[in-house]
Amino acid sequence: MSQDMNLTLKVWRQPGPNAEGKLETYKVVANEHMSFLEMLDVLNESLIAEKKDPISFEHDCREGICGTCSLVIDGRAHGPQRGTAVCQLHMRHYKDGDTIVVEPFRAKAFPVIKDLSVDRSAFDRIIQAGGFISVSTGQAVDGNAIPVEREVASQAFDAAACIGCGACVAACPNGSAMLFTSAKVAHLGLLPQGKVEGKNRVKSMVAQMDKEGFGFCSNIRACEIECPKEISTENIARMNRYYTHAMINSE
Amino acid sequence: MALTGLFLILFLLIHLIGNLQLLANDGGKSFNIYTEFMSTNPLIQTISKGNFFFIALHTMQGLLLAFKNKKAKGSKYAIRASNNTSWASKNMALLGTLLLAFILMHLWHFWFVFKFGSNYDVVTINGTEMIDAYTKVSVVLTQPVWLISYIIGLIVLAYHLNHGFGSAFQTLGLRHKKYTPIINFVGKAYSILIPLGFAIIPLYLYFTK
Amino acid sequence: MRLNNKVPPGPLKNKWTNYKSSVSLVAPNNKRRLDIIVVGTGLAGASAAASLGELGYNVQCFTFHDSPRRAHSIAAQGGINAAKNYQNDGDSVYRLFYDTIKGGDYRSREANVYRLAEVSADIIDQCVAQGVPFAREYGGLLENRSFGGVQVSRTFYARGQTGQQLLIGAYQALSRQISTGQVRMYNRHEMLDVVLVDGKARGIIARNLLTGSLERFAAHCVVIATGGYGNVFYLSTNAMGCNVSAAWRTVKKGALMANPCFTQIHPTCIPVSGEYQSKLTLMSESLRNDGRVWVPKKVEDAEAIRNGKKTGLDIPEEDRDYYLERIYPAFGNLVPRDVASRAAKVVCDEGRGVAPTGLAVYLDFKDSTMRYGKARANVLGLNGTGDVEKLGKEVISEKYGNLFQMYEKISGENPYQFPMKIYPAVHYTMGGLWVDYNLETNIPGLFALGEANFSDHGANRLGASALMQGLADGYFVIPYTIGQFLSAEIRTPSFTTDLREFDDAEDAVRERIEILKGIHGNKSVETFHRELGNIMWEYCGMSRTAEGLTKGKELIRNLRKDFYKDVFVPGRIDEYNPELEKALRVADFLEMGELMMEDALDRNESCGGHFREEYKTPEGEAMRNDEAYTYVSAWEWNENGAHKLHKEYLTFENVELKTRSYK
Repeated sequence: MSQDMNLTLKVWRQPGPNAEGKLETYKVVANEHMSFLEMLDVLNESLIAEKKDPISFEHDCREGICGTCSLVIDGRAHGPQRGTAVCQLHMRHYKDGDTIVVEPFRAKAFPVIKDLSVDRSAFDRIIQAGGFISVSTGQAVDGNAIPVEREVASQAFDAAACIGCGACVAACPNGSAMLFTSAKVAHLGLLPQGKVEGKNRVKSMVAQMDKEGFGFCSNIRACEIECPKEISTENIARMNRYYTHAMINSE
Repeated sequence: MALTGLFLILFLLIHLIGNLQLLANDGGKSFNIYTEFMSTNPLIQTISKGNFFFIALHTMQGLLLAFKNKKAKGSKYAIRASNNTSWASKNMALLGTLLLAFILMHLWHFWFVFKFGSNYDVVTINGTEMIDAYTKVSVVLTQPVWLISYIIGLIVLAYHLNHGFGSAFQTLGLRHKKYTPIINFVGKAYSILIPLGFAIIPLYLYFTK
Repeated sequence: MRLNNKVPPGPLKNKWTNYKSSVSLVAPNNKRRLDIIVVGTGLAGASAAASLGELGYNVQCFTFHDSPRRAHSIAAQGGINAAKNYQNDGDSVYRLFYDTIKGGDYRSREANVYRLAEVSADIIDQCVAQGVPFAREYGGLLENRSFGGVQVSRTFYARGQTGQQLLIGAYQALSRQISTGQVRMYNRHEMLDVVLVDGKARGIIARNLLTGSLERFAAHCVVIATGGYGNVFYLSTNAMGCNVSAAWRTVKKGALMANPCFTQIHPTCIPVSGEYQSKLTLMSESLRNDGRVWVPKKVEDAEAIRNGKKTGLDIPEEDRDYYLERIYPAFGNLVPRDVASRAAKVVCDEGRGVAPTGLAVYLDFKDSTMRYGKARANVLGLNGTGDVEKLGKEVISEKYGNLFQMYEKISGENPYQFPMKIYPAVHYTMGGLWVDYNLETNIPGLFALGEANFSDHGANRLGASALMQGLADGYFVIPYTIGQFLSAEIRTPSFTTDLREFDDAEDAVRERIEILKGIHGNKSVETFHRELGNIMWEYCGMSRTAEGLTKGKELIRNLRKDFYKDVFVPGRIDEYNPELEKALRVADFLEMGELMMEDALDRNESCGGHFREEYKTPEGEAMRNDEAYTYVSAWEWNENGAHKLHKEYLTFENVELKTRSYK
C-alpha cells in the first residue's frame, strides 16, 4: 500500500528572462506511485488554491519521448535515474523527509524563460544549418533501392534516438552541445543517403553550434551519462573525424 | 589541444628515458654525457624550441577553452552532483595551471640556471668539459622541500594525463569498438607509469644519498 | 447545406491518377505570390509545410510547442503500413484499402481510403530517402512485421519508436525549408481563431505564448493539422498539450465536425494508480501476441488482490478466467482493440478487476515464458536439464525488453515476476473536421489534415495506419489538392492584416481571454478538466446508453456554466502563462464534449469505437445498422444547443458490408 511522504522542495523561481532568480522552499505531500511531474502538479494545484503563481516547468508527452521536460534534480539533469527523462522518474525513488533541489537546465545558450522553463531554440537552428538530407517530396527512389547494412542502420538509429531535450548541454560543465550535434551528424552521415552532403553538413552545423554560444567539448562525458536515451560520445568522435576530413578536403 | 597534448605526451616518454640515466650507478657520467648531447645537438635544440612552443600553445589553448567554456556555462547549479564523471576531466584547467607552475619551477631549477646562471660545477668527461648536471640534479632533488614539490607535481601530471591521453584520441576522432579499449588501457597505464618513473628518480637519489 | 464530397468520377483505382492529371495547376511564378498558413507540426503539419515550401509557396507554420519536433506524433510506437508487398505475401493496394475499410467498420469514404492505400508506398520511399532508420534485414533491405487485424506483413518500423523517427524526418525536411526562408516558423504560437474574409479562410489570430501578445497572420488559405481531441477525456495516451482548440475555433466559425463520437480506446495501457494521475501510458499492442489476458473467476479472489492480501501468483489455474480466449476462441487474445477493451470493462464491472482501483486485468506472460524456455532449451540441447523459466525470460526480454522496462519504471512492479496489469485508455479520435476529397472543409480555403480530419478511419482505426494517414495527407495529397483552390486565387493579392475581419477576430479573442481571466473563481482549470474527463469516460466511454448520454450532456452543460463562474486563472494575460493556455483549451473541450455526446446519442447503432448498450447481439457483440446509419455525421455547432446534423451518405461500390465476427 502506498505511503504518504512529506517532502521539502527547493525550487528555482525566476519571474522572467531578465529577472533575478532564487531557490524557494515548499512542502509537498507525495506518494510513491506519482511521477515526479505529477508531484509538481500536486504542488502547483496547492499554489493555485492559495491564489499564488504556480511553478512553470515544461512537459508534454510524459512518456519520455518528446524531449520537452527539462529539470535538473539535485544537480542531475533529468534526475538520478539513468536513461530516464524526468517524466518517467517516479517518487518511489525518494523517501519520507527528503529534501529535493529542482533547477532549470543551465547554459548560456539556454536562457531561462520563467522558473524552470528554458529556451532551447538554439537546437532548432543547429538542425536548420544542415541537419537534414536535401531530398524534396517525390524525388525518392524505391525504398529498397538503397540497401543499408543492418549494423549501420542500427548505429544510425542509436544516434537518431536523440530526443533533443538538451540534457547533454545541461549536464556539461562547459555548456557544450557536441553530443546533440554529433548525434544528428552521425545519424545522417552513417547512412548512404546522407553521405552525399556530409562535408557541408558537419561544417555548417558545427559553425552554427559555435555561433549559438555553446562551449567546447573537453571529453568529460557527463552528457552521455545524463542522456535519457543514452546516446554515446562515440558520435562526438565520429563528428570530429568527419569535421577534420571535411576541413582537409574542402577547397 | 589534442595535437599539442599528444606531442607533449610523447615528449614525456623521451624525457623519462633520458632521465633514467640518473639511475645509472656511474657517478653521473652517462647522465652528463646525455645532457651535453641534448644541449648541443642542433636537431635536439630545434625540437626543444618546438617543445617550448607547444607548451605555450597548449597553455594558451587551454586557457582560451576554459575561458570560453566558463562563459558558455553561465550560472552554476546550486548542487553539484557527482555523476560518475572523473574528477580529472572536470578539472583539467586547474591541473594544467598547477602543472604550468611545476614546469616553471622545474625550468628554473634545471634550465635557467644552466643557461643563464653560474651556480653549477663543471666536469670533464672523455676530454670534454661539460656542466655537471648530475650533481646539480642530485643536490636539488634530495632537499625534502623540492622532493615533495616534485612528487606533488608528478601526481598532478598523473591526473592530467589520466584524462588527457584518452581525450586526445577522442578529440581527433580516433575511436573504434576494438581499439579504443586498448588505447584507454594504455592511457591509464601511461598516466601511472610515466609519473611513477619520474618519481622513482628523486626518491632513489634521496634514499641512496 | 448539401455536402459535396467532390470525389472524382471513374473507377476507384483510376480516381486519384485521373485527378492528379486533371487538377488545375499553379505555375511556379504564381506559387511565389501565394501564401499558406499551416497550423501544427506533427506528421501531417510538418510534412505539408515542408512539401508546400518545396513547391515554392510562401508558408507560415505554427506550433504551440517550443520546437516543431515535440508534436505528439513522436510517441507512436508500432509502425507504419504500406502496400509495398516486399514480403511477396500477396499484399496489394486493394488489400490495404479493404482492410482499412473493414477495420473502420464501414464508416469511411471509399475514395479517400483507396487513395491512402495508393500513396502509402511512396511514403516509405520518401522517408527512407530522408534518412529514417527503418529496421533492416541482414541483406540490407527493409524489414516488415505484421500488425493487428491483417493477414500480411506490411508494417515498416524503427524499433519501438517509429513515430519519433518519422516525425524527425519530417521535421528535418521542414527545417531545410525554414533555412531557405521558404517556410517561416513560429514556435510557441497558439492559434486562437481563424479569420474569414468573404467566407474564405484567410488568416489566423495566434497568441505568442512567451509574451502573451495577440498576433495576426494573413494568407490565401489555412491548413489545420493539429491532431485529435482525445484529451477531452482528461486521461488519455495523448500528450498533456494535445487539444482541440484550433479545430474547434474553425467549428465555431462554421466548419463541420464529423463523427465526433468515434474514439478509439486502446486495450493495453498501464492502469490508473491514483487521483493525481495526469496521463496514461500505452504498452504496445504487440504484447498481446504473447500475453494471456485474465481475471480471477471469483470476486472474492479479486477483492483479496485489491486489498493486497493476494497476488496474481496466488490464484490457481482453475480459478482464472481467460475471458478473451473463452468468449472469442477464434481470435483469443488477438481480437481487435475495440473488442478487447470492452471485454475488460465488462469483467471489471463485475467486480473482478485486479488493481486497488478495481480497474485492471492481468496480461500474463507465464505460458509463453515456459513455451519459449522449452524451445530454447531444446535448441541448446539441454533436454529438460536447464532452467526453462530463466531461458524463457531471456527470450521474452529480447522481444519486449524495452516495454517491460518501461512498465517497471512506471508501475514499480517487476513484470517478469508478476503478471502485468493493464486497462484500456483513450488513444485516438477517428472523428474530426469534415473534409471533402481535397481535404478541404466546408469553409473554402480551410483544409484539415491528419488526425484533425475524419476522413480515413471510419469508426475504428487499425494499428500502424495513423502515421500512414498523417504523412499521406501532408506529403502526397495536400500538395496536389491545395492547387484546386489556389489556382483560382492567383489574381488575389496577398492579404494584409489591417482588414476589419482581423480587427474583429482579434477583439473577440481578447475578450474571450479577458473573460476567463476576469472570473477570479475558486477552482483550478485542472479541476474542471478532470471533472469533464470523468463525465466523458462515464457516459461517453467504452459503452454508451441513450439515458447516460442525455444525462452526460446535461452534466457537461452544467459544468461549463460552473467553469465560467468559478474558474481561477493565475498570472497575467501579457506574459508566459501556461495556466491561461490550459484554460482556453479546456473551455473548448467543454463544448466539444457536448457535441460528442450529441453525436453518440444520434447514432443508434454500435460500430467500431462507438458501442451502444441498446444495440448489441444476444451474445453482447456490437450490432451495426447499415440501413439507417451508413453516413458521416457532420455537425454544425449552434451556440443555443440546437446543433444541426448534416449527413454525408456513404456508398460502397467496391466492398461488401459484412458483420465483423471474431468468435
